[in-house]
Amino acid sequence: MRKLNRRQRVLLGLGFSAAFLIVVCIWGSLGTEAARATDFSRKNIPPCLQYPFGTDWLGRDMLVRTVKGLSISILIGITAAAVSAVIALLLGIASATMGKAVDSVISFVIDLIMGVPHILLLILISVAMGKGLKGVIVGVAVTHWPSLARLIRAEVLQLKEMPYIKIAGKLGKSRWYIAVKHMLPHLLPQFIVGLVLLFPHAILHESSITFLGFGLSTEQPAIGIVLSEAMKYLVTGKWWLALFPGLFLVVTVVLFYVMGQSLRKLLDPGSVHQ
Amino acid sequence: MNRQRAVFLVKNILRVLLLVICVSIVTFALMKASPVDPLQANVGQAALGSMSREQKEKLQEYWGVDTPPVEQYLSWAEDFIRGDMGISLLYRQPVASVIAVKLANSLFLMAMAWVISGILGFALGVISGMNRGRPADKVIRGYCLLISSTPVFWLALLLLMVFGVWLGIFPIGLSVPIGVEAGGVTFADRLYHAVLPALTLSITGVSNIALHTREKMIDIMESDYVLFARMRGETGWRLFKYYGFRNVLFPAVTLQFASISEIFGGSVLVEQVFSYPGLGQAAVSAGLGSDMPLLMAITIVSALFVFGGNLTANLLYGVIDPRVRRGGGTK
Amino acid sequence: MSGKKGNTSDSRKNRSDEQTMRDVQREDAPVLKIEHMSISFTQYDRGMHQTSLPVIRDLDVEVHGGEMVAVVGSSGSGKSLLAHGVMGVLPYNADMGGRITYCGEELAKERIKKLRGREIVLVPQSIAYLNPLMKIGPQIRRGSKATEARKKLRGIFRRYELDAGVEELYPFELSGGMNRRVLISTALMEEPKLVIADEPTPGLDLAVAKRAMAHFRELADMGAGVLVITHDLELALEVADRIAVFYAGTTVEEASVQDFEHEETLRHPYTKALWRAMPRHGFQYIEGTQPYVKNLPTGCSFAPRCPHCGAECAGEIDYRIVRGGKVRCIRAE
Repeated sequence: MRKLNRRQRVLLGLGFSAAFLIVVCIWGSLGTEAARATDFSRKNIPPCLQYPFGTDWLGRDMLVRTVKGLSISILIGITAAAVSAVIALLLGIASATMGKAVDSVISFVIDLIMGVPHILLLILISVAMGKGLKGVIVGVAVTHWPSLARLIRAEVLQLKEMPYIKIAGKLGKSRWYIAVKHMLPHLLPQFIVGLVLLFPHAILHESSITFLGFGLSTEQPAIGIVLSEAMKYLVTGKWWLALFPGLFLVVTVVLFYVMGQSLRKLLDPGSVHQ
Repeated sequence: MNRQRAVFLVKNILRVLLLVICVSIVTFALMKASPVDPLQANVGQAALGSMSREQKEKLQEYWGVDTPPVEQYLSWAEDFIRGDMGISLLYRQPVASVIAVKLANSLFLMAMAWVISGILGFALGVISGMNRGRPADKVIRGYCLLISSTPVFWLALLLLMVFGVWLGIFPIGLSVPIGVEAGGVTFADRLYHAVLPALTLSITGVSNIALHTREKMIDIMESDYVLFARMRGETGWRLFKYYGFRNVLFPAVTLQFASISEIFGGSVLVEQVFSYPGLGQAAVSAGLGSDMPLLMAITIVSALFVFGGNLTANLLYGVIDPRVRRGGGTK
Repeated sequence: MSGKKGNTSDSRKNRSDEQTMRDVQREDAPVLKIEHMSISFTQYDRGMHQTSLPVIRDLDVEVHGGEMVAVVGSSGSGKSLLAHGVMGVLPYNADMGGRITYCGEELAKERIKKLRGREIVLVPQSIAYLNPLMKIGPQIRRGSKATEARKKLRGIFRRYELDAGVEELYPFELSGGMNRRVLISTALMEEPKLVIADEPTPGLDLAVAKRAMAHFRELADMGAGVLVITHDLELALEVADRIAVFYAGTTVEEASVQDFEHEETLRHPYTKALWRAMPRHGFQYIEGTQPYVKNLPTGCSFAPRCPHCGAECAGEIDYRIVRGGKVRCIRAE
């Protein structure tokens, strides 16, 4: 096989990551019943051929639970990250275009959000929303936008100063025309990359907050809950309960990072240099 | 020039004060918005039973329905500033004394992790940036990617599993041996119990600072002045010592001061796994147990630390960078 | 030579008196000899294709001891890469071809690593090339605290009329007038045989620029070979011994300064056009622009703008000797 150059390798990695995530999501949403099925005749089995991830104290298949948990977490993460990204886009653009007062208010809000440790903020929001699935999604969605908003703000500010955009304005092109024709093509790649790179953070925080016991019920075995249950049985030596679900969570997050960075490499004009 | 610095200082401090006030308002509002009534939720708790009439009235004042929210906030804030943070419903003690104990435990842990991760992260970032594209860089970057993809609590679980359960080298939980009087706890005991949590926090804290330092180092290595230094025959260690070190140290130190928030956040998860009785664990208990006075106080205290760190970072820049110190501004 | 020229040309005349001595030196191998240098960058086009971007295609130049040679080309034509190529500090995505010899021996990667900063020094174009967080003194001494180095630096500063207090300043605190002298001081800390000056007069007013060039002339008079890379032909003519004209990735002509006194003694149409563009020769504008390295024509790169261009100019064109100079044009005689 001929040696692939860097862009082709990046594309290959991107395709593989996307495929993995889609498979997990579909498999997970199909296996809802199987994830809850208890069977006391097969409890506490260490990993073996039939149950590669082992079973827990209720005889539930950990592989099925892991996939189910991941799919829940991925879906929540994607939803929350998408909401966050939209907030970031709107506030970033508003910050850069609507004058100094708006800009300083938004940057003050960003400082405010960054001022409280993220997990603590999620706990506060969860408590405010009465602890539950809603609290987790809202919490993750409204706390992840600051970094992307800053990025978009900086980008828009830079674009505004570009000679060709200034000239377009002087030539009497409407603001809408300039925004769509000249700014969007530059912002869109940044936005997409930012969006993808929000997922890993969202998923990590979602799993953390559910691990702490806020949010989802045990009926909805998100990966954080699967792991927090596993923690109770850790001391008894049932290592597989914590190892495999966590490992798969890590793999998922890594894939999101890889996807984000691959996209950045493909979309970044600077990457023309080898 | 000194006046300029003084104005800068005052401005920054005022901003921090304003931010803390806003944090307290938002926190209070969030707690008010909660459908859970802390008094109702904790009705069975012994804390309520042991409270004096006066204390109960105060709680009613904060959380009761008869007073308007703004007044509730103001009355709560007034008490808070006076040092009366209310009574913790879970710990049956004044919030201030709960926080004092928990914070001392946590600070010990976090300071250790902060220093270790800072030094380690800086070193790794420098090595990685100076060897861009070589195996060392690839290994370090891979490690950082892996670590920033790993949930802190799961890493804590892993370490607990390996060192606590399998090898039995380190204790499974608590900051002091069980059953030993507070007076009998030695420094060595505390250290021993803090090793695993601190190790977890250090491992995860490394990635952020290492990646930032790496980026900076690469910028520096590609800068005109390093190019010129190389043309003057400088390589390796000398190149780093005279050209890299100072330029990369300032941003790294600043970043480390600005990243206190992450260590705080990480400690919440780590303390939970290791049942380490610090501020983070108290925050989780307060959240789960609807102990509003405690949760609010913890939020404000941690915000103070975060903003304090940011402020220090800002001021530090003026002290160590000659371009600011000698008042040349940026030219 | 016109009398209004300053000290710079005087010093050259003085040295011309020592012509015999230089001729002896000429028998020796040149300090620096660059043959067929090419530098290209690997890039991605749209999609998956990698292309190579030749910024320098074919560059030849020679510098002897005691001689000052200027490589003249328009701004942004990539001629600074020549310096980076010689010093062995090209970026990782650059490829260099051709042959560089230093004092008769090939200047391989390992050799330049040993020589740079000692026998071969470069003087950069601005103080952006100094570490912003290191004081001037230690920076020029490269951190050395030895009394000998301190003494030497004080001597150099006296020579350039720099106050001893300058050693304690950070680069951002230097005044515009000091910059050039501080930069050139770095070269004198060692005993260089070859000095490369990369664009030593960027945006300077004429008086300062002349003084900066004069400093380099002095280095040549002290016996070093000096290679100046510049966009300013007029200044170069005042101080240099020979001029190599750089156009679109190639050196099109190498001529002695005397050849520039009349248009007829020049060889290449581009050099002649440059000559006519000089203020004192009528300020005539050259039609067209330099082609971007990606869209270079085959054969002569000046062909699209050349009034004498013919079909045969599309072929391979050698760099050949004509009337004691070198030229890359088939029509030159």
